[in-house]
Amino acid sequence: MEGINAKYVSKKISKTRWRPVSSSSLQQPDIFATGSWDNEDNSISIWSIGENGVSIMDDEFEGDPQLVCEYKHNGDVLDLQFLDQDRIVTASSTGAVTIFQHHHNSQTLSVSQLWDRAHHYPCDNAPCTGVVCNSPEIVTVGEDGRIMLFRADQEGVLRTIEKADSSAIHAVTFLRTTEILTVNSIGQLKLWDFRQPGNEPSQILSLTGDRVPLHCVDRHPNQQHIVATGGQDGMLCIWDVRQGNMPFSLMEAHSAEMWEVHFHPSNPDHLFSCSEDGSLLHWETSSNSDTPSFLKGGRNTSIISRSAIAPAGGNQSLINAWLTGDSSKGHLETTHMLPSQMLSVNSLDVLGQCLVCGTDGEAIYVNRHVPI
Amino acid sequence: MEEVDVEPTTTPIPGFDSNQKHLGFVWGPGDILVYETIYKASGGSAGGCPFVHEVRKDEDIYSPILRKLFNESHHIFVGLQRIREDMPSKNKKPQFVSISKNYRSVIRACMEELQQVAVSTQDAALATQYGSQVSILLAVELIWNLCEVLFIDAAPAGSLVLHLLDWVRLHKADVDEKAREVLASESPAEHQAYWDVVISYVLQGRMDEARQVLVKQAALQPAARAMFKLLDNLLMKMPIFNPGETQTLTEFDVKWRHWREEVDRCLQDQSFASNPHLEDICKILVGDEDVLLEHKELLSTWYHFLVTRLLFSHPTVKPTELHYYAQSSMHMFLDTRSVPEPLDSILLAAFEFDIHQVIKDCSIALNNWWFVGHLTDLLDHCKLLQSHNLHFGSNLREFLLLEYASGLFTHHSLWQLAVDYFDHCPEFGRVYLELQIERVPLDTERKALKVIRICEQRQMTEQVRSICKIMAKKALRNNRLGSALSWSIRAKDAAFATLISERFLQDYCANGTFSDLDLIDNLGPAMLLSDRLTFLGKYREFHRLYGEKRFLDAAKLLLSLMTAKIAPRSFWMTLLTDALPLLEQIEVIFSADQTHELMFCLEELTSEKSVPNPDRPMQDEDIETTKIELLRLALARNLAMAIVKERESIEGLVGGWVAGAVVLTGMQPGQPFWRRRQDRDWEPQVIG
Repeated sequence: MEGINAKYVSKKISKTRWRPVSSSSLQQPDIFATGSWDNEDNSISIWSIGENGVSIMDDEFEGDPQLVCEYKHNGDVLDLQFLDQDRIVTASSTGAVTIFQHHHNSQTLSVSQLWDRAHHYPCDNAPCTGVVCNSPEIVTVGEDGRIMLFRADQEGVLRTIEKADSSAIHAVTFLRTTEILTVNSIGQLKLWDFRQPGNEPSQILSLTGDRVPLHCVDRHPNQQHIVATGGQDGMLCIWDVRQGNMPFSLMEAHSAEMWEVHFHPSNPDHLFSCSEDGSLLHWETSSNSDTPSFLKGGRNTSIISRSAIAPAGGNQSLINAWLTGDSSKGHLETTHMLPSQMLSVNSLDVLGQCLVCGTDGEAIYVNRHVPI
Repeated sequence: MEEVDVEPTTTPIPGFDSNQKHLGFVWGPGDILVYETIYKASGGSAGGCPFVHEVRKDEDIYSPILRKLFNESHHIFVGLQRIREDMPSKNKKPQFVSISKNYRSVIRACMEELQQVAVSTQDAALATQYGSQVSILLAVELIWNLCEVLFIDAAPAGSLVLHLLDWVRLHKADVDEKAREVLASESPAEHQAYWDVVISYVLQGRMDEARQVLVKQAALQPAARAMFKLLDNLLMKMPIFNPGETQTLTEFDVKWRHWREEVDRCLQDQSFASNPHLEDICKILVGDEDVLLEHKELLSTWYHFLVTRLLFSHPTVKPTELHYYAQSSMHMFLDTRSVPEPLDSILLAAFEFDIHQVIKDCSIALNNWWFVGHLTDLLDHCKLLQSHNLHFGSNLREFLLLEYASGLFTHHSLWQLAVDYFDHCPEFGRVYLELQIERVPLDTERKALKVIRICEQRQMTEQVRSICKIMAKKALRNNRLGSALSWSIRAKDAAFATLISERFLQDYCANGTFSDLDLIDNLGPAMLLSDRLTFLGKYREFHRLYGEKRFLDAAKLLLSLMTAKIAPRSFWMTLLTDALPLLEQIEVIFSADQTHELMFCLEELTSEKSVPNPDRPMQDEDIETTKIELLRLALARNLAMAIVKERESIEGLVGGWVAGAVVLTGMQPGQPFWRRRQDRDWEPQVIG
């Protein structure tokens, strides 16, 4: 819990995301974006931790983010992703999907593309609940049960899957360049292949009979068949989408809704989750292989970010630590990363050694020394 | 009627002429709605104003900077509530003091930020607004700090004056600024504010700092060196009570009297007569009230005067004696004609240890409940508020917290904080929460889930049900049957689930296909919520089995839907029609027994329907009759085939003599075949 500082920002924070850094420079991220919710005027904001040239050892700047710029956002920010280094895609409770451009020279934000009512009901707004990017493609999901596919450079809609879900879709992630995975409010994971025509998923996974809503999903950065999900009961599920209908492992994590789960993008033996119960957990599984995990793939990507797709060059024959991991045998360690606090941690993001999270207590926490 | 404590303030409503029109109003939790009314008892609708005005008492919760105060103090508040009741009070006190300090540091942080923006803003009106907020926070912190010293820390004689000195020093920090300015100048000793700085230091009891500054002057006047040395010595030797040491209060008192006699002697010797400044300082050291009052400018407030007076005249004052000195200091310091400001009377009430008066006056003077709510809560934890009975609500603490939390709940975003405050109001908190939480506007499912979580954690099942129902209705309005069903399952709302199941079945009857299969196929135990939902799930299962060509299972399920009375009677015809393709299969699917049961169902249905319905068009009636005829035919044919088949299989199994017996005990000619239901439990030993 050392080195973690609260910054009160007078807005409930719904999303926090690091700006991707180029992997060649071995830099730690220093810019992140946040989105607010439930305010009369919501906004997206860009923050900076420490100015360029200031050494990381300088404790004066440690963890105190400075506001760089801010822009009004219509409706709650329900999801937020960096498309690339200077474009941000947001999902709004009004159903709109917006691309914001961050101008580095003038440090301002502007709207570069807006799909109004991308998600909607016949005579009402339907919140857009999730967005995932694989530049230039953008996939969004909503409470209306639709999946939409956009391209950042085109105004029109590339593809719509109507009635993809009978209930609300809560989150989406890319499995491969043409395959996505969605989770919904009745505890199902659905695989969709954009090469297939029609409105049917290629596979449905669920915990039989449980129907516990799922709120978040993340894919293992190197091994695309492994995904982690979290839901209303706060359980962490690890799935192998190649095998069977059942999750590979189920771990008790939080006492209320798990809002986000993320594998560490370059060191996937580490996983992070945050919850409505106000906790932020760091999960570490010790992999038995001698191969350091950074050799398992991801070297060829120019941008390290979870929205980017790692090449399928990872060593698939290695048994993944998450699938062998057995919490009872002590392979898995969990640590609380926040001092006790009561209000929900809505979002987290981790990149390099840096972690940022935002809460309903209107605070942003930054930790620059995550033990990875 | 009780008399009012203060004259109420007037809020003008823009565009409203009170001479000609009248106002109506409605109370809200933190505001009132005001609208124009027509007063005249009869006639003349003079075209009222179309506006409804919202009048807020508290603007502060809309200030982005003050929001930080609310958020951070919420954290401290919850921490305070978690301090265990059964802990010995000796251990609690340091905790309470540290919590009090935490509250104050949050106020200070807020104040500093407000000060910064007040300076940097271009907008003059905004700057004034920030400025006034700063001065309010300043006063709030001043009062809080004094309450901390007097009530929470409850410093005993000796330490009391030291704490009060700290209090004055903290809130009169401009001395340091002036000192820095003087010392940074070219020749500090000749700076016009030089003596002000020295005397200010002495007035605050900061002798070491005063001596350091004095040295500058001494260096300039070598002739008066001895005099400076003497004063320096007096300042240095002034005894200060040290509560940490073993020294008792009496020992300190003796020491202090000795020192004072020494200072007195110097005055009588006229040791400082040649330098009026030094003489003044010396007179201050003996607590000469006239000289102190000559430095009103430097003291600036009566409570500074009080503390300085205590330091030099009564350093061992007991808490119980404070009120006497406070009153006299205030009267001596303030112009007798001027009315004391609210702040003065609040501080005086604190010095008089009248906690209730402090809280009451603060409630009147401040426009929101943040301060009084939190302070009262802390004092209540310190067991300082004897059960002061209100003639309304529960106790004072709870009343103030409820007011504060209700105010937060009117805010579109801060409502979440209010929940924890309601939790810690044992008497009425839950009722307040129950009433408020249902009224939180729900734009997204995520927000609904957060609200539901709050309710579930507190076993507020009624509210959970109501919120789920709101969401279900909303989904239904948007024609999202699946979502609506999910919400009503979560609400365990059987009636609504039945309604939605009906909609699904209607859709099926109209389109011949089911929508939202991903949901209906995965109902699991949730299916049991309502009969209609069970039927929907089972009926869909029948279709699945049929689609998978598992005809035997499908047939069994279809029959059981009717015999177990799961299917509504209105749906039997559809079910029987669904049985048709199964009856027409080349293979025999329904056994003889099952066919009998189907027939029984059909007859039951037709016997009910024998009374012709005048509302139904003849054409429908015809179709229905044809359908029934078709069914009867198919059933009869199937029965024949089934009997033959079953007979064959039995013959094959146990031989002809058994088959003969079966025929004997079996159906009699002319008997309606469905009656065989009663005697179907025949067993082989009958034959014996």
